[in-house]
Amino acid sequence: MTLKLGVPSKGRLMEKTFDWFAKRNVTLTRTGSDREYAGAVEGVSNMELVLLSAGEIPRELAAGRIHLGVTGTDLVQEKLPRFEQQVEGLAEMGFGHADLILAVPQFWIDVDTLDDLDAAASAFRAEHGHRLRIATKYHRLVREFLTDAGVADYQLVDSQGATEGTVKNETAEMVADITSTGETLRANHLKLLSDGLVLKSQATLWRSRVAKYDGDEKAALNTLLDLLEHRK
Amino acid sequence: MTLRSDIQARAAQLRVRFEAAGAQVVDTPLLQPAGTLLDLYGEDIRARAYVTTDALRGEQMLRPDFTVPVVEAHMRHGAEPARYTYSGEVFRRQEQDPDRPNEYLQVGYEVFERDDAAASDAEVFSLFALQVRGLPLRAAIGDMGILMAAVQGLNTTDKRKAALMRHIWRPRRFRALLDRFSGRVPVPESRKKLLETEGDLTGSAVELGKRRAAEVQARVEALREDAKAPPIAENELLALEALMAVRETVPFATEQMRDIAVDLPQINPALDRLDARTAAMKARGVDVENLDFEASYGRTSMEYYDGFVFGFYAEARPDLPPVASGGRYDALTRQLGDGEEIPAVGGVLRPDLMLLLEETGK
Repeated sequence: MTLKLGVPSKGRLMEKTFDWFAKRNVTLTRTGSDREYAGAVEGVSNMELVLLSAGEIPRELAAGRIHLGVTGTDLVQEKLPRFEQQVEGLAEMGFGHADLILAVPQFWIDVDTLDDLDAAASAFRAEHGHRLRIATKYHRLVREFLTDAGVADYQLVDSQGATEGTVKNETAEMVADITSTGETLRANHLKLLSDGLVLKSQATLWRSRVAKYDGDEKAALNTLLDLLEHRK
Repeated sequence: MTLRSDIQARAAQLRVRFEAAGAQVVDTPLLQPAGTLLDLYGEDIRARAYVTTDALRGEQMLRPDFTVPVVEAHMRHGAEPARYTYSGEVFRRQEQDPDRPNEYLQVGYEVFERDDAAASDAEVFSLFALQVRGLPLRAAIGDMGILMAAVQGLNTTDKRKAALMRHIWRPRRFRALLDRFSGRVPVPESRKKLLETEGDLTGSAVELGKRRAAEVQARVEALREDAKAPPIAENELLALEALMAVRETVPFATEQMRDIAVDLPQINPALDRLDARTAAMKARGVDVENLDFEASYGRTSMEYYDGFVFGFYAEARPDLPPVASGGRYDALTRQLGDGEEIPAVGGVLRPDLMLLLEETGK
């Protein structure tokens, strides 16, 4: 059988992944037309490239349908409970840097820390009759972070895109989202909480602890690990 | 492996015993409207309960416990006084520990009665003690009312007391607030800068969202007020810390807390209630001399117990949750009662754990 490597199927993340492997003498290429999700691997025999949406890679690793996968720490931790038992991080790849942060409107001059946020949430609930809404797609990570910090009287509302706009639209009072530069936040009149960094994330090569490794697959994995080691 | 049918048979048996003690059987739907539970526990409940949805009724939760629906049912059409028993599945979402069941049977007994709280507490405790008699369990009791009285009687502003009360069930945040209100930790830089300003703050930042500028201004005012208030005095703080650390058998714990009450006289009425309860338990044959009392007991469990709390634990199996647990939840009836309220106390048993311990004990 073949060692399956899952790589995000679109955009910069795919290109950077290809570059990263190329530097380690593994050539990944997309075959067929642009619309066809098929790929080829040169440099390691019995290894296969599987193109997937970045969000599906954690699930495929946990199910053991792929042996290796490239995706962000954020997605792995959000989607896989006890992720260390299901996957092993082989290498941080040095791109796709993104922080999961908490942000509030800039004019909230009274809110700079989680402590402030908790007090403001309590007052907000008393005033408006509902809990302070935080728009996010990272429900589990944000909830665990806020539980740990002892913040109460908030609620998470789901937002799968354009999250920064939810405050202006009054569907949420603040956001928890991924940012790399903070530009989108500033453009939407939002600011970071000083102790509101939930997670630092970057593209990482993961190995599934669940997938089956037969002789060919083991050999392919060892060849690949040697190549990765060599580069370091 | 304990058979499911055996667990169900044990649950039925326990429920019959609770009926014999005077309780009326109640049943509640498996699907509970999520709104009530979310209002009560906040977002944390999502980590513990299964949520499902449909287009008509919105979010529903698979019953994570019986207390809330039983209180709701009583507040709608209960006669007084009332005793209820129930048995059925509860569901708990598990995200960390694959060995913990996500579905198990609970058998409960709840008392709604106005006259004599000490007698009701003792009735519930001794009834549960009777059901688990013979099992290798350690019982522990506590009383959230004592800690709450200590906080409410602190010599500080009402706002600070309200903030401490709000986090009484979150020990870490409670600790952080205490440290701040007593001046033990420095004021954060951002707060200092904010406090150095005066008057209305007219920044250049755009006002957006449902939280308005007036609310921001109101909190800034509140922070300025708070900065003027003196810190909580050292002797009060030390007494409060000593109180939270009390962990002794009931007679020794009572003695220690009476000593602490020299600095925190506000807890004396709550200690009188503890004495009355101890006497009522003794009268029912409970061995209070050897019963453990922990002043911080109940602070990390589900946040509705506000008085007497108890639990029975398998000492040789620290991995297991309590086999029986319960407490008083007067404030919950107020919250769910729409203006009405009634003192209430009760608890639940885990028949599966009882059978497990019996099997391993053989």
